[in-house]
Amino acid sequence: MGLVPLAGLICRREWLLAVRSPAQVLNPLVFFVLVIAMFPLGISPAPEVLARIAGGVIWVAALLAVLLSLESLFREDRDEGVLEQLLVSPHPLPFVVLVKVLVYALLVGGPLVLMSPVLGLMLSLPPATYGTLVAALLLGMPTLFLLGSVGAALTVGLRRGGLLLVLLVLPLYVPVLVFATAAVDAAQLGMPVRGHLALLGALLALMLVVAPVAAAGALRVTSEE
Amino acid sequence: MGWLATWYHRWASPPWFYQMSGRWTRGLMGLALPLLCVGTLWGLAFAPADYQQGNSFRIIYIHVPAAMVAQSGYILMASAGLVGLVWRLKVADVVLRNCAPIGAAMTFLALATGSIWGKPTWGAWWVWDARITSMLVLLMLYLGVMGLGSAFRNEQAAGRASAILALVGVVNIPIIKYSVEWWYSLHQPATFRLTEKPAMPVEMWAPLLVMVLGFYAFFGAVLLARSRVDLLDRERRSRWVRSLVAEHAI
Amino acid sequence: MELDDRPLLSGLGFCLRAGDLVQVCGANGSGKTTLMRALAGLVPLADGEVLWRGRRVQRQWSRFRAELLFIGHRLGLKTGLTAEENLRLVAGVKAPVVARDWRQCLLAVGLGAAARMPVWQLSAGQQRRVALAQLAVSPATLWLLDEPFTALDPQAVAWVEAQLQRHLLAGGVAVVTSHQPLSAHLGARQLELNVQDVD
Repeated sequence: MGLVPLAGLICRREWLLAVRSPAQVLNPLVFFVLVIAMFPLGISPAPEVLARIAGGVIWVAALLAVLLSLESLFREDRDEGVLEQLLVSPHPLPFVVLVKVLVYALLVGGPLVLMSPVLGLMLSLPPATYGTLVAALLLGMPTLFLLGSVGAALTVGLRRGGLLLVLLVLPLYVPVLVFATAAVDAAQLGMPVRGHLALLGALLALMLVVAPVAAAGALRVTSEE
Repeated sequence: MGWLATWYHRWASPPWFYQMSGRWTRGLMGLALPLLCVGTLWGLAFAPADYQQGNSFRIIYIHVPAAMVAQSGYILMASAGLVGLVWRLKVADVVLRNCAPIGAAMTFLALATGSIWGKPTWGAWWVWDARITSMLVLLMLYLGVMGLGSAFRNEQAAGRASAILALVGVVNIPIIKYSVEWWYSLHQPATFRLTEKPAMPVEMWAPLLVMVLGFYAFFGAVLLARSRVDLLDRERRSRWVRSLVAEHAI
Repeated sequence: MELDDRPLLSGLGFCLRAGDLVQVCGANGSGKTTLMRALAGLVPLADGEVLWRGRRVQRQWSRFRAELLFIGHRLGLKTGLTAEENLRLVAGVKAPVVARDWRQCLLAVGLGAAARMPVWQLSAGQQRRVALAQLAVSPATLWLLDEPFTALDPQAVAWVEAQLQRHLLAGGVAVVTSHQPLSAHLGARQLELNVQDVD
């Protein structure tokens, strides 16, 4: 089978599963909104304060929502033996992982990106920055999922894997967080954001190459347990 | 290339590693202790005080070497991971797993001394300085490798999983460092920074050099000593360990 | 070979020629599943090697895997999908077959109406039948079946044995773990594993 039909099969499978049990996709979204709603309650409802922290708050919440969803990236496949079948299939595992992670990023991360302008509105972010906010999320979100897939693959077979996953992945998220929030801040100050977005794009390009290979290697290791 | 093959075969063999690491540990420790004693005395008692920070600057004689060793420790760990993954060497696995706790300890030491230094310099125990923040992230990376390694039941899988994580970490470290420095410069332009000083006089950096060498030797000695014990434990069923035990049995 | 640093199997060797069937037997914990996983390349061998067509499998993973059908303890079925979708989208990754043929496979294993139900609603035996339906169309030369008869009724066992016979006659090879004896006309060789006493 060629790689394109293979990718088609994986996409179709993930799509069907997401449609059958939408909770997997919707839970991170609900989490994302709820976490953000806590900030005005915890800090201050004053629009100028909220506007100042909005970019960072939205990004930290997105980071946590992605982390929350990562545990189920490979877990079910492993428990059902589907992962084992992928490991013994003749197809290049990094490619299979790449497709799976990107589909997952689209299904779980997509709604977060779509929701972000609404949340920006609720946090009194000036409307002129929404474009940058969405662009940064579009470029940064796949990187989060790709980096996270390595952590998910490393912890998939472990008891107490969930918390460990957070410890493994969160430090690696620092650059995405820094560049993305800087982009939103720059947009708020009316400064150019191209450079920040370019850095996010470069990170994404790097992770598109590195992460699937590392995650595939990790899946082979954890299947030994 | 012949010497490389021989060298590789020797270091790949656990009994040889056990024997040689014993000698190296003693040698490195013999080097580390005098260097650390001389460096500490020299740095704390004889080096001149800083014109700006007074005596509080003297903490760099611990802070800087610890930070340097912590950073190179991660690179060493990742290199061991690469060797272990490519050539499936047990010795590399053992070195990797034992590098993490020492590296984490060094990172913690650097963070703690940095924080103590921060009090007289900035008037606060914790400042989100670029260097300190990167060290904090490095500590988390080390803790991740340690946590992952201990979560596996299968030693071999633990070694390879830690190796993959260390390699992914080492790819990300320069990016993290750069991003944190950039973030810092965005938020706090042009303030006084730790360790970035214009031209230190010789009387100041000479003891620092001694301390750095001492720290590296100490790190090497502790790493080899730990790896040695760990290797014995993992190879406890092999013939060479049994005969070694039989030799030393009373 | 080792499991968790504990020697589990050792001094084991066998060779398969076209049309050969090996039945691996042994008490619980003797390492049957581990042996199957090692043969499939899921667990590394501490010592020794697996050869396929005279070459080590490590040197030809993709070729070896293209000729391999492995059905393990965990069946490799997405429980959220129906039997039909599973064969098409999950098993189909290994053996692309047109939808009509998959439907016929499912009918052959006695899953007509049940084929349109999500797999989690099926009984253990029915789930296993869904996984085993692949046997009817699998182009693989080497079948590794770990306890294929668990939870199957006599009718389904007979169907699996018929598939095995067809596979062997076509020159395929198979390794099967099972506690129950296979029917004599398959001519299975027995490989007995003993529980190894450690120290």
